[in-house]
Parts: sequence; C-alpha cells; structure tokens
Amino acid sequence: MSRVRPGRDDSPDRLYTLTGGRSSSGSTAFDVVTLVVAESDPVPGMQSEHAAILRMCRFPTAVVEVAAGLGLPVSITRILLADLHDTGRISARHPRPTSYRLPDHDILEQVLVGLRNL
Amino acid sequence: MDSVTSEPQHRTLSSTADNGLKIVVVGGFGVGKTTLVRSVSEIRPLNTEETMSQAGEGIDDTVGVAAKTATTVAFDFGRISLDERNVLYLFGAPGQERFWFLWDRLFSGTLGAVVLVDTRRIADSWYAVDRLEHHGTPFVVACNDFGGAAHGPEAIREALDLADEVPLVFCDARSRESSKQVLIALVEHLKNVVAAAPEGAPRPIPEPAP
Ligand SMILES: Nc1nc2c(ncn2[C@@H]2O[C@H](COP(=O)(O)OP(=O)(O)OP(=O)(O)O)[C@@H](O)[C@H]2O)c(=O)[nH]1
Ligand SMILES: [Mg+2]
Repeated sequence: MSRVRPGRDDSPDRLYTLTGGRSSSGSTAFDVVTLVVAESDPVPGMQSEHAAILRMCRFPTAVVEVAAGLGLPVSITRILLADLHDTGRISARHPRPTSYRLPDHDILEQVLVGLRNL
Repeated sequence: MDSVTSEPQHRTLSSTADNGLKIVVVGGFGVGKTTLVRSVSEIRPLNTEETMSQAGEGIDDTVGVAAKTATTVAFDFGRISLDERNVLYLFGAPGQERFWFLWDRLFSGTLGAVVLVDTRRIADSWYAVDRLEHHGTPFVVACNDFGGAAHGPEAIREALDLADEVPLVFCDARSRESSKQVLIALVEHLKNVVAAAPEGAPRPIPEPAP
C-alpha cells in the first residue's frame, strides 16, 4: 500500500485553500453513498481536485470512494462536489430516502437476492 | 444473474447504478472489521476519514476554524454490487465512545449494523450495543472466532444484555461464505423488523446527515 493515508498530512492551510475557506455547502446534502456521475470532461485550468473528480466519476462513484481516491476527508470532498454540482458538471444519484423510515421491503428483498448470489 | 463473482474485478460500477445502500460493521480494536469487509467486498477495502470540530455545535466547521480542534477518524469500506441499480457499501467503524460523531454520520440512513464481538473482550461491545439501541438502528451480533474458550450463546447474550429478538451468530470473518451469512442474517432480521413495524412508523434516528 503506497497511498498516503488521507488527511493526515494535510495542513489546515491546504484544506482551506482547496475549499476557498467555506466550511460547508448549503446545497443538497451528499450522503457518503450518494453516487456521483461526471457530466463533462475536465477542462484546462480547472482546479486539479475538480478535474480528478470528473475523471474518477465517468462511471457512478460513491462520495466515500471519491474521498478515498482524492486522499481527502469526506467533509472536504463534499464541498468540492457541491462546487461541481452547482455548476452542472456532475450529477448526484442520492440514495432512495430511507433515512427516517425503515427500509422498504422490496429493497430488502433485492439486497437478499444480491447477497445470496455472491 | 451471476454478475458478481469472487474475483475483485469490479473496478467501476455499472452506469445504471443509482441507489447506494449502507451497512455498518462496528466493533472494538482488532475484532476483525476490516477482515469481514474484505472477505465480501468486490474491491480491496479503501480507507478514508471523517473530520469534525470538537468545539461547539458547528456541524462541518473543521475547515473554517483552521481545524484547530479537528478530530479525525479513519474508517474503511468495501463495496458489493447487488444488481443493476443497488450497490451496498460496508463500513468498518471503530466502536468506541469517542467516535460517536462518526457513528452519527455513518449511521444516518443505514440499513442496519453488524456488531462484531471478540468473546474474549465482550465489554468492548457494550457501547456499540447501547448506542445502536438508542438510535433505533437494527443490528445483529456476530461473534468472531478467535479460537478462545467457547462461550455459549446464552452466556454471550447475558453478558451483552441482548434483547431476545436480536440475532446472535457466530462467524469467521476471514471466510467469505461465513461473512456473507452474517450479512444475510442481518437482512433477514431487518425484514422481520419491518414486518413488525406499524405502517409508516417513523424511525427514531435523532441526527440528520450533515
Ligand atoms: N483467528 C481469527 N483471526 C481473525 C479473524 N478475523 C480477523 N482475524 C485477524 O485479527 C486481526 C485483526 O483483524 P482486523 O480485520 O484488522 O480487525 P479490525 O477490527 O479491522 O481492527 P482495527 O481496525 O485495527 O480496529 C488480523 O490479524 C486478522 O487476520 C477470525 O475470524 N479468526
Ligand atoms: Mg480495521
């Protein structure tokens, strides 16, 4: 494993620069398993993290996978994603809402079938 | 359909994937969380971090305050593509009290949890069980086999003060089949919980995702 553990060596200054000093995005909440899909290719001059996200998300990729791929904490990743979302460069497939309810029976059946097929 | 095989070859998800699902595996240090995730995951477990300011209530305030009191918790995760649309993410999270904030974040919207227990260190799991009950997150308890003295299920239930309806299973996290059975036991339990719940009953998760 050669990859540096994320976050550890990031100075607060670097994190501040990455996010323009914003602490959290007001836009749609990205869950850790929201699937992100790039809607455009990187363009020259783009912030390198933004470009990296667009490359990573040619196929659906969960927020937490993006964070791991960038080597950045999830909270910082969310802010970078919100930038791209606000400018239409990515779309987000949020998990079907189960947050305040029990998961529905159909989904559980689908999960069971998937697991049994492993 | 047998698209998911045991080879960790699924680097990318299908373009039709649109529903991420979560199951959390909690437990004390070295209890086998990463091992279990690795056993069933189609990707090598990845590692990432969540950060949180300790000062005040600020939800996501770590950056703005120059992270002066930021706490960072590492967690790992794996992935199982269930079908064309559903993707299950498994999170291995430390079970200790000081990681409560990670719990609150990861657990919102989670299907359920696996509490992994080393029967030689049962007390390590008390906090996890207590917290899950508090959250109303359904869970199963899985005893990982480290070859220590055998404990009967009754003794373990008693030590953990487990409610009768909470399933208790034994596993070897190094085995894919055994780990898979743990997940199946959880989902079967979830079905029972859903069947028993009144229609549209709200689920008592207090904190929303940030
Ligand atoms: N005998 C035996 N050893 C196991 C089993 N599961 C895991 N181990 C071993 O126990 C050690 C710790 O396992 P991990 O999966 O790293 O545990 P963890 O809970 O992720 O540990 P932390 O993340 O450090 O808290 C490793 O050396 C595993 O190979 C098991 O079922 N039986
Ligand atoms: Mg681990």
